[in-house]
Amino acid sequence: MKLEIRDLRVSYGGIQALKGVSFTVNEGSIVTLIGANGAGKSTTLRAVSGLQKADGGSITLDGQSIMGLPTKEIVRRGIVMVPEGRRVFPDMTVRENLLIGAFIRSDRAEVEKDLRHVFELFPRLSERTWQMAGTLSGGEQQMLAVGRALMAKPKLLMMDEPSLGLAPLIVRGIFDIIKRVNADGITVLLIEQNANAALRVAGYGYVLETGSIVLEGSGAALMADPRVQEAYLGKHKEKPQNAHDDYTAVAATAGRLTD
Amino acid sequence: MATFFQHMTNALSVGSLYALMAIGYTMVYGVLRLINFAHGEIFMIAMYMVFYGLAIFFLPWYVSFTLAIVITALLGVAAERLAYRPLRDAPRISILISAIAVSYFLQNLATVLFGGRPLTFPQVPLFTQIMTLGSVRIPRLSILVPLITLVLLALLMLLLKRTKTGMAMRAVARDYDAARLMGIDLNFTIATTFFIGSALAGVGAIMWGMKYPQINPTVGSMPGIKCFIAAVLGGIGNTAGAVLGGVVLGIVEIMLVALWPSLSGYRDAFAFILLIVVLLVKPTGLLGEKTTEKV
Repeated sequence: MKLEIRDLRVSYGGIQALKGVSFTVNEGSIVTLIGANGAGKSTTLRAVSGLQKADGGSITLDGQSIMGLPTKEIVRRGIVMVPEGRRVFPDMTVRENLLIGAFIRSDRAEVEKDLRHVFELFPRLSERTWQMAGTLSGGEQQMLAVGRALMAKPKLLMMDEPSLGLAPLIVRGIFDIIKRVNADGITVLLIEQNANAALRVAGYGYVLETGSIVLEGSGAALMADPRVQEAYLGKHKEKPQNAHDDYTAVAATAGRLTD
Repeated sequence: MATFFQHMTNALSVGSLYALMAIGYTMVYGVLRLINFAHGEIFMIAMYMVFYGLAIFFLPWYVSFTLAIVITALLGVAAERLAYRPLRDAPRISILISAIAVSYFLQNLATVLFGGRPLTFPQVPLFTQIMTLGSVRIPRLSILVPLITLVLLALLMLLLKRTKTGMAMRAVARDYDAARLMGIDLNFTIATTFFIGSALAGVGAIMWGMKYPQINPTVGSMPGIKCFIAAVLGGIGNTAGAVLGGVVLGIVEIMLVALWPSLSGYRDAFAFILLIVVLLVKPTGLLGEKTTEKV
């Protein structure tokens, strides 16, 4: 399962969100795409999953083009996405959310087995099987979103900002799960503003800035790169600690205003 | 007591009819955020189909009922495919206007095809016979309508809770993109929703026709608006709410006329007053979804 993106271009309403992005996700790896808000990270994932039409370029899975295929077909080929903001179905129970994750499958016995596997990964969810997903905490919803994606038996798991809006302890838990899932043989493509956490787990990373890849390298190499340190890891005095903290600060202010 | 019982069965059967059709409004609203103004016309076409089946082609009642329901359901799917799907990404108002257009189109089509002269809905003795229960004499229909509605509701709930199609419908009603990421076919699921909603309107139309046996091209308008009221009353988007709204509306209307016969001319006006009052007191309807969204 090797995903190759070549010269991917996407625009919405006349604005070019991706200006020719190329990167490769090798089988069994954890690859991360880091970048600030609006760099085009989510657009990239939406284009791969077929939610967003691309203007040009190519997306191939094991050499076969998957560009222009409907999302359901892409899911069937094993590319499953955990969307930004979790997007669990709030008026369905935890169990129903997990079962709908297995929508494309018809092997009932196997589905039940995977359900138990997900409950093993996330014991918190198994205590809340009959609870409405909308009543879960943010961290639990993120676990549910990951569990729901696993129920589709993905070969490639794409995660859009799994750490967004979560407490540091929960974030660590989520990243542990990412490593564990990867160890089980699932390839992971991870999108993060929290560059620090993402580069720590990723074998390889790309830096996306205003629709183009500006830098790439192994996770360790990127973490050591002064440009990455300055722009994304907050090693420079005048910058905020990192873009993600900046975002949560804004979100907190917004929350206070609406309260 | 006997009169009360008579009025109550009547109220329940009218309420059930409203409920059947209100479900169609609420389900379509759920997946498309659209008030399907053509729903009343789908209902009207179903009545003509039964008329043709029974009075023109002399088919047995079960054949013509089944045909009418299937044709009606397919008509609903066709309306979605031709008039709503191309506008799915357009501003909300475009699809709403398209729905109004479909409504008028079907009314005029019916006038051209079937003529504007009112027709009499054929009676099926099995359903319209009068039964005597002690001192109460009621048409068999008044008992059958709530029963049939109840069975259909139970089936619908099973479908929504237990089957993949039903889960897909609930997922699509909540979040298009998340549903697509589960591998759900959006178009198929929305088409299924229209199929089921229109089929229920078809069942409602048949029972309505036996109760109020007059057919003309605008016969669907008033039931259409009433059932829209019922759906909003119960909380649009909520299936159980639509049923509750329909039953409440039926009871209020019939009991009002029963208790104050002099007000019977205002029956429809009271439906609208009820709607206004409920919306003022509880804008989301009786069982409405909370509109506050977590950000």
